[in-house]
Amino acid sequence: MYVAVKGGERAIDNAHKLLADARRGDRTVPELSLDQIDNQLALAVDRVMCEGSLYDRELAALAVKQARGDLIEAIFLLRAYRTTLPRFGASEPLETGNMDIRRRISATFKDLPGGQVLGPTFDYTHRLLDHTLAEQSEIEEPATAPADSTRFKSVAELLAGGGLIEGDDPPAEEVGDLTREPLSFPANRDLRLQNLARGDEGFLLALGYSTQRGFGRTHPFAGEIRYGEIEVEFFAEDAGFAVPLGTIAVTECQMVNQFTGNGTQAPRFTRGYGLVFGQSERKAMAMALVDRALRARELGEETGSPAQDEEFVLSHSDNVQATGFVEHLKLPHYVDFQSELGLLRKLQAEFYADNPQTDTPMQDAAE
Amino acid sequence: MSAPVYNFAYLDEQTKRMIRRAILKAIAIPGYQVPFASREMPMPYGWGTGGVQVTASILGPDDTLKVIDQGSDDTTNAVSIRKFFVKTAGVETTTKTEEATVIQTRHRIPETALTENQVLVYQVPIPEPLRFLEPRETETRRMHALSEYGLMHVKLYEDIARHGHIATTYAYPVEVGGRYVMDPSPIPKFDNPKLSDSAALQLFGAGREKRIYAIPPYTNVKSLDFEDHPFEPYRHDACCELCGAMNSYLDEVITDDQGSRMFVCSDTDFCEQRRAEGHGSAAASPREAAHG
Repeated sequence: MYVAVKGGERAIDNAHKLLADARRGDRTVPELSLDQIDNQLALAVDRVMCEGSLYDRELAALAVKQARGDLIEAIFLLRAYRTTLPRFGASEPLETGNMDIRRRISATFKDLPGGQVLGPTFDYTHRLLDHTLAEQSEIEEPATAPADSTRFKSVAELLAGGGLIEGDDPPAEEVGDLTREPLSFPANRDLRLQNLARGDEGFLLALGYSTQRGFGRTHPFAGEIRYGEIEVEFFAEDAGFAVPLGTIAVTECQMVNQFTGNGTQAPRFTRGYGLVFGQSERKAMAMALVDRALRARELGEETGSPAQDEEFVLSHSDNVQATGFVEHLKLPHYVDFQSELGLLRKLQAEFYADNPQTDTPMQDAAE
Repeated sequence: MSAPVYNFAYLDEQTKRMIRRAILKAIAIPGYQVPFASREMPMPYGWGTGGVQVTASILGPDDTLKVIDQGSDDTTNAVSIRKFFVKTAGVETTTKTEEATVIQTRHRIPETALTENQVLVYQVPIPEPLRFLEPRETETRRMHALSEYGLMHVKLYEDIARHGHIATTYAYPVEVGGRYVMDPSPIPKFDNPKLSDSAALQLFGAGREKRIYAIPPYTNVKSLDFEDHPFEPYRHDACCELCGAMNSYLDEVITDDQGSRMFVCSDTDFCEQRRAEGHGSAAASPREAAHG
């Protein structure tokens, strides 16, 4: 007797055993350690932490390993773990001016206090495959400078001092959290930025790019991009003061955009903002472009481009949601398909009854 | 790194409380979509995370759980969700509709009539019945608030004008308790009449879209239609080849590459019980006949 899809349970177990086998691959090749992933695939770990909204290099490295290098799958693993953790509050706002800078560049000033610090970057490398990396190679010790504890003002702060750019928003009493309250529209900027920080790098990159090509143009300049380590503090009610929780690496992008002004306010530059875990300038810059585009209505600009459409951007930026729903098409849909098939057969029968001169597909097959 | 310890039915009690509040509100306003802070679950969005969160929030240690997908207990995702609750809650599971106190379903309502002691939890992909007429949430929420459902009737009318029939065959829109237009999830419209006046509480969870809604027991649920084009549930004009049922929803199974096909009950528990009771088909399949 033909009985469809029996034995699902055993099939699933066997499929997962196969997956474990494929993940390990050739047993004669040494197994990856989490340290290797953390160190040598550091940017993959950064991306997984950022879009997974959880700063933990070890867990992110584990997720990358478990996901066989599929970063969206790794992000999903980290998110599913994160959601089980209790939330005990929000940190104090990060003072990125106090960052221990590993890299800091500005595209708006040739030189500025603190200087341009290139740091570790792919920029200016020639993208030629380096065959020496195929073998284990000796790496030269890099030139380093002692850490500079001077606090360097950001370009935005320097411009704000002269009144040439809009200032910071006043600090919010309480910041929203879209993982604890469902997002509703219109969303405040804190929630928009949280959504973008968790958003898919590729999606934001394409949207940011679209603004550069004229779909919601914002005339951006990379005022400053900085990457480095910074201490996170938490205000402890019991102690009555902020206590340090630890140090995280972040990339911040301050985008300087075309000015706005009106009868009561002198024209000045506007800002778009990006902040991500780890080193990802692409993501931070794309985020800043999209943040600025989403402020179009607030700044009284023409709207209508995809990147300016809050509901469109915020509803579709999350790759864990997107991949789940796209891939759910793999699940059985027999029942609905039967319904559609039934209606289609009925419509066809009516069509051939009304148009007897038309050959039915059955007749075609017979001929 | 120590292995994490999870709460009964996976979700922490705070989250369950939040979801139960949303469920209570949903029951109080039949058919209204209540936003809730959907969590990331360890299965993908679109694979039943809404239903799983609702089930996790209402499940108690004494419950007996049944999980079906496409009417069947044995489809891969139903197996996966059932295993999830066995692992995280340790509850009894069953494939028998009448033994279950909580039934989580995707795309079907069981053929066996439900009772007051049962809760049916639906997995919902797109909770908004107006979504494909108006993509914006801000707009659709306003339309629901104002009971502005003309657009839906225009859509159904256009179907009739173009095809001669309403071309919606599943996720067929309903009006709940004379007020809210609701998406019943992608059940075939064959199942729509079972939504109305059901003795069981019906809960709908959409995880990715962060919405919960409900049909309380004994609530009138009307499938949208016109006086001259009344609602018609569709069923293949055939009987089940395994149990001979004439009144169940049928799956079409292609049996060879010559276009041979057979029809069998989509509700596997219903079909098995009928066979156990001695019902069978007059037209037994050739292979079965060959085995005698």
